[in-house]
Formats: sequence, C-alpha cells, structure tokens
Amino acid sequence: MNGIHDMGGLTCFGPVVREVDEPVFHDGWERRVFAVSMLSGSALGPVDVFRHAIERMDPQHYLATTYYEHWLAGIERLAAERHLADAAPAARTLQAEQLDAIVARGVSAARDSDDFRPRYAVGDAVVAKNLNPRGHTRLPRYVRGRRGEIAAVRGNHVFPDTAAHLAGEHPQPLYSVRFSARELWGPDAPAGDSLYLDLWESYLEDPAR
Amino acid sequence: MSEPHDGHTHAHDAPPNPYLEKRRNGEETAALEARVKAIEDLVVGKGLVTTAALDRIVDIYEHDVGPLNGARVVARAWTDAAYKARLLADGSAAIAELGYGGLQGEHLVVVENTDTVHNVVVCTLCSCYPWPVLGLPPSWYKDAPYRSRVVIEPRAVLAEFGTELDDDVEVRVWDSSAEMRYMVLPQRPPGTEGMSEAALAGIVTRDAMIGVPRLASP
Repeated sequence: MNGIHDMGGLTCFGPVVREVDEPVFHDGWERRVFAVSMLSGSALGPVDVFRHAIERMDPQHYLATTYYEHWLAGIERLAAERHLADAAPAARTLQAEQLDAIVARGVSAARDSDDFRPRYAVGDAVVAKNLNPRGHTRLPRYVRGRRGEIAAVRGNHVFPDTAAHLAGEHPQPLYSVRFSARELWGPDAPAGDSLYLDLWESYLEDPAR
Repeated sequence: MSEPHDGHTHAHDAPPNPYLEKRRNGEETAALEARVKAIEDLVVGKGLVTTAALDRIVDIYEHDVGPLNGARVVARAWTDAAYKARLLADGSAAIAELGYGGLQGEHLVVVENTDTVHNVVVCTLCSCYPWPVLGLPPSWYKDAPYRSRVVIEPRAVLAEFGTELDDDVEVRVWDSSAEMRYMVLPQRPPGTEGMSEAALAGIVTRDAMIGVPRLASP
C-alpha cells in the first residue's frame, strides 16, 4: 500500500535530531512492547505480518507517535484481528531458557531451492516495475519505474507481498539493484552517487528496447 | 526506567520539529503502560510466552548485544587482511567467525568505505538494522527525517553529522528493503598504526558503522 511509512524521498521533516547518550529503551513500557512483539509471532504471524500491521496505522497517528508506539499499535491490531482474546491456550509456551538459542539462530528468509534460476545476472539492466499493490510491499515508491542495474544476486528469499497476508512464502530470486542518484532524483543529484535496494524478481522487468 | 529525555541536539538555526516532539506527559505514559500491560497479560495468559522469557529478550538486547560486537569485527578487519577479504565477500560467514549472528542479522553484508566511496545505511520503509553487530537502532535512525532524507539528499544529512564529502567521493546509500542487513566498514583513521586490535575496537563508533560519520584520529 502507498502509506506514510514509505518515506524515502520526502524532504519535509527537518533535520535529523539525535539524543546524546540515548538509552536502548526510554521507559519500562517500551521494554515490554519490544518483548511481546518479538515473542508473539507463533500466534500473530511472521515479521512481514507485523510490518504490515504497523503500515496500516492512521497516517496522522503514525507521524505523531514514537517508534514503540508503532509497535504497540501493530501488536494490538494483530491481537484483535486474530481474536487472540477468544483463542484457546497455546499448546506450547516459549520459555526463557529457549531465548538465547532463538536469538542466535535467527529466522532466515532464504529458501534454498534446486530450482533456483534467477532471470537476471550481475550487470543486467532492469527497471523497477510501476506497481501499486494495495497490500504489503517492499517496493518503495521512489524507485518505481526507474532503471537500474543488477549489482548482486542475493539468493532465493521469502516474498513479503504474500507472506504478510499469510498467503504463502512464494520465495523468489532477490537482487541488489543499483540506481544512479540522477535516475532517481533528477539532474540536480550528484552525478556519481548511487543507491542500492534489495528487490525481488517480480518487482523487476527488462528495460524497453 | 526514567532516563532524562532532554538530550536532544537541535541544529541551532532549525525550528523545533513537530514530528520529533513526541514526549509523553505522565497521564499519557500511564495510558500507554495500561495498554502494554493488557497485551502482555493477554499473551502470557494465553500461554504463548512466559514473563521470564519476555524479561530475557529485553535483557539480551539491553545488555548483551550492542555495537561493541560490530567494533570487534571492524578491528579484526583492520588488522587481518585475509579476514577483511572474507568479511567483504561473505559478511554473515565472517561475522559468525567472531561468534555473532542471528536475529535481524541472518543475511549480513559489509560495505567498505574508502577514499573514493562513502557508504551509508538506511531503512526507508521501517527500521531494518543489523542487530547482532550494532544492537537495536537509535531513535534518529527510525525517525522520519533520516529515513526520508538520506536517500534523496545524503550529503546534506551526512553534513548534519559533521561529514563533509568532496564531490569526487561516490556516496552509496543502502536502503534495507529486504532481509539483507548492512554494516559499514569504516576507514581506519590515521594515527592508529601502533594500536592493538582491542584498542582499535574501542575507537569504532556505532554511527561510523551506520556510515554517517567518518572516524577521527584518536
């Protein structure tokens, strides 16, 4: 969806404001929101689902609230949508002793496949499609319709546009794509500067001849 | 629990930014605490997770995982050319050699700053960040000004961090749009020739590994 979260290229927010000696968390409730959000995935869905829940915040509320308020809004939304309050008790309970191993292992987005046949190779010219899906996507607006070049083939990765809607992982080739700053931002951008995004194959098409 | 919130550093000539003036008064904080307690009680009550497990993950990211991990990776790369080559070729594997990896760093890529290339990392869509090497991101990385501006005017944003780049330096912005996570290998500053690997790790800052400042000589 074309939401307020897709901020790349806006210039209306003023200077970057830094906090000296910023703590990891500012308040006790931030710690708890972080922990609950991180460890409720078994009932509420994987990371793509959580991101999309945040993206569906009212845009004015999104801009007026802090980061962990976004997380709180996301987790509240998912708990309501999944009817967690009416759900049966979980069959398995995540225990403190499991945490270090879970953090060390992580959750890989790569899905190895014997049938991995990326359409593009390093150096190929590509165009980011002009797609405007109403659901979750990781194709930022600022790159749509722009021409770039494959900088690396990253592997076969879970496709967030379907995973966020619990419609399957549908892994596909993921590429690092280089765009020149001028292609994205016009002739006033420095000639040599560039920007790299990781884009899935179905976001890309061949340039027009 | 009640850290001071008055450490904001505004540019002197900049107006207050309404989007960043989000501090909560006592009543608003109490309302947030009540909402958070309700959701925590729900997930614990449904048996998804124990309170002790919630405590443990907070403890890991508040105390165990932070930018010192990344600093050690950088110091190793500065002192071991073979390690640096492995690091740039396969970030995840080389970082795992030092014992780091996992959540929000399953697919790590390290990009090198040089005399002619300056890399800087962002996530315009949310807040993706290489947790195993840098810990949780600072607020400025997650807030609207950095996320929106560093892709379109990276040199202006870098200048706010005191980084003035010559025109012939290529700026490369890495927008973390997938599950790849990026860390910048800063340039080793002059004047550090005789320093040990451990001492070098002590001069590497979090912000330099995001790519916003260059490291100064110690």
